[in-house]
Amino acid sequence: MTTTVATVSEGTDSPYALSHLEALESEAVHIFREVAGEFERPVILFSGGKDSILMLHLALKAFAPAAIPFSLLHVDTGHNFPEVLEYRDRVVAEHGLRLHVASVQEYIDAGKLRERPDGTRNPLQTVPLTEKIQREKFDAVFGGGRRDEEKARAKERVFSLRDEFSQWDPRRQRPELWQLYNGRHAPGEHVRVFPLSNWTELDVWQYIAREGIELPEIYFAHERDVFRRSGMWLTAGEWGGPKDDETVEKRLVRYRTVGDMSCTGAVDSDATTLDAVITEIAASRLTERGATRADDKMSEAAMEDRKREGYF
Amino acid sequence: MTSSTEPDKAQPLSAEQLSATTLLRFATAGSVDDGKSTLVGRLLHDSKSVLTDQLEAVERVSLGRGQETPDLALLTDGLRAEREQGITIDVAYRYFATPQRRFILADTPGHVQYTRNMVTGASTADLAVVLVDARNGVIEQTRRHAAVAALLRVPHVVLAVNKMDLVAYEETVFAKIAEEFTAYASELGVPEITAIPISALAGDNVVEPSSNMDWYGGPTVLEHLETVPVSHDLTSCHARLPVQYVIRPQTAEHPDYRGYAGQIAAGTFRVGESVTVLPSGKTSKIAGIDLLGKQVDVAWTPQSVTLLLESDIDIARGDLIVPSGDQPPTSQDITATVCHVADTALAVGQRVLLKHTTRTVKAIVKEIPSRLTLDDLSQHPAPGELVANDIGRVVIRTAEPIAVDSYAASRRTGSFLLIDPADGTTLAAGMAGDAFATTSEAAEEPKPAADDEGWDF
Repeated sequence: MTTTVATVSEGTDSPYALSHLEALESEAVHIFREVAGEFERPVILFSGGKDSILMLHLALKAFAPAAIPFSLLHVDTGHNFPEVLEYRDRVVAEHGLRLHVASVQEYIDAGKLRERPDGTRNPLQTVPLTEKIQREKFDAVFGGGRRDEEKARAKERVFSLRDEFSQWDPRRQRPELWQLYNGRHAPGEHVRVFPLSNWTELDVWQYIAREGIELPEIYFAHERDVFRRSGMWLTAGEWGGPKDDETVEKRLVRYRTVGDMSCTGAVDSDATTLDAVITEIAASRLTERGATRADDKMSEAAMEDRKREGYF
Repeated sequence: MTSSTEPDKAQPLSAEQLSATTLLRFATAGSVDDGKSTLVGRLLHDSKSVLTDQLEAVERVSLGRGQETPDLALLTDGLRAEREQGITIDVAYRYFATPQRRFILADTPGHVQYTRNMVTGASTADLAVVLVDARNGVIEQTRRHAAVAALLRVPHVVLAVNKMDLVAYEETVFAKIAEEFTAYASELGVPEITAIPISALAGDNVVEPSSNMDWYGGPTVLEHLETVPVSHDLTSCHARLPVQYVIRPQTAEHPDYRGYAGQIAAGTFRVGESVTVLPSGKTSKIAGIDLLGKQVDVAWTPQSVTLLLESDIDIARGDLIVPSGDQPPTSQDITATVCHVADTALAVGQRVLLKHTTRTVKAIVKEIPSRLTLDDLSQHPAPGELVANDIGRVVIRTAEPIAVDSYAASRRTGSFLLIDPADGTTLAAGMAGDAFATTSEAAEEPKPAADDEGWDF
């Protein structure tokens, strides 16, 4: 028994076939336009990481030749990679966008948040984020979360309702049918929107390659001073590493995901081009977060608990 | 158990190969007892989509529970409540890929109280896999799953007859179940049914062809998923574009640009075509189609586009652009089948919001002529209200005219939501027109429940 394999590029048996990337792109654009049509004050969570860069690219496409009807919001942990901040500011200037910043450092300095013993600031992002949403009265907040990232996310809706405390209640999420997204909410509540819900890490990279989207350099292989902690290569820096028993070494690494320096690990890699990165990911036997994010490893229910509190 | 034609899925794919794949959205239906989680786990595992760290986590938990082999079902349980109770309470979306295709799997629980979840999963699916236990054959639940697939007009249905290892891989057992199911589903109007004998636990015919069932000459589940057509000839479809957003840059560079942005819900649109805008009925011609930065002459579903028209007519979000001469009926009275998805009931006389494509209007539930029992498709006349997981017929009166196709003609422009105006809860998922492909609107009278003809409604 054999199966015939169509090797036609972009399709199958019909002139009306779309490639999977075209289908995902069309779906994401539809989601952006729905939010623009139904909400008063939408904002895009923009970290300067590849998923938020992709979101911005899709949003620009969705409304061209007009400007995007959204502003950007960056939750700044104070432990950012300098390359990423530089990229963020450049993009904002280039497209004439409005950037809001919610700063974890300011909250720590004001005594409203306490530094954790492990130095990780990712879990500290929730309060500055939710208070910013309340203050600015954002009613739709775009996040780059994908359902393939982690088990708790596999059940996330494209439109995810949050109460006035930004809390996510899995039992209050509405069934999502066809392409009909229900974004109705009470004043003070908001909706988190995930236009990349159905993308995988590989889809994101393929699309970035297809579109020729520029990324911060830390996504590609480069020499870096790193040290080992909890099985990850972390960047040495003022945020809290290396400690006495940790030694710094120079390695050829790249980042698969970009977040807070204290909990985002690099992987050994010699992939210096997009094609090399895609080949590496296609062959990789580790999921993106499992390899590089300490915060998802905390416990089997870690992400579920943090989502309930208002984390993205 | 490998065959020479089986590509080695562990080989990295070239960038070119990777970008040339299509996307199939499919749903699974069946219960834990049928081995659904094991089937899904095996599809993910054998197509090399389960990555090292996910498998390690599963092994860790399995060992902790004293199980000797990794429980593949754990790959698909997401929330703590489910892990603690060992059940699946919601639709989970799973992703995997082969050299031929990218898959989005809506994994839906099969318990009776979760009809709404299967309806949700099936609403976006091109294909549904219905699982049965070879020892039990077609049971009430199987008929319920077939009915949901038929009701939601899922184009392709796969019957996976599981646990063939427990019936000694007997062809006669499989043939009898396949025949019974195919007869039932065809009667409901399911257009394409493929029956496959499998053992999810042993791996027979899921990804690898089974050496235990030489009598079966068809594809494995994965081979079928890879080759089933996902796009079809659209030229015979009614073209529909619900307007999502009007793009007006009003800049020095584009002082007069007015683009009507939306995702084509059905059919194709061409430059030069005459179009009519509903509900106003105004007409114009397509001057240009902007496909996300590319000027094209023709565009089709599900592409997101921006249409430019020759004349400057008043068009807003919620309007529907259609070819002139191919218009859906515009009406304030809608007869439909709904699946009730909320915990609070839907009653006759209730005021709701009706969300159809990009338009939301006030509406009132005028009548609930009948409720349907999916197990045997018997009808219960005038139930007065519908509760969670009920499927019923409704008559709705809208405050403004809306242009609705029958769900049979167009899944996207024939579907709608009913929403509670008070708190925004999604109450019901609606499908305009007849419930099943074989029924006629005339047969709207109740039948006795015991009657096998009871599905005719």
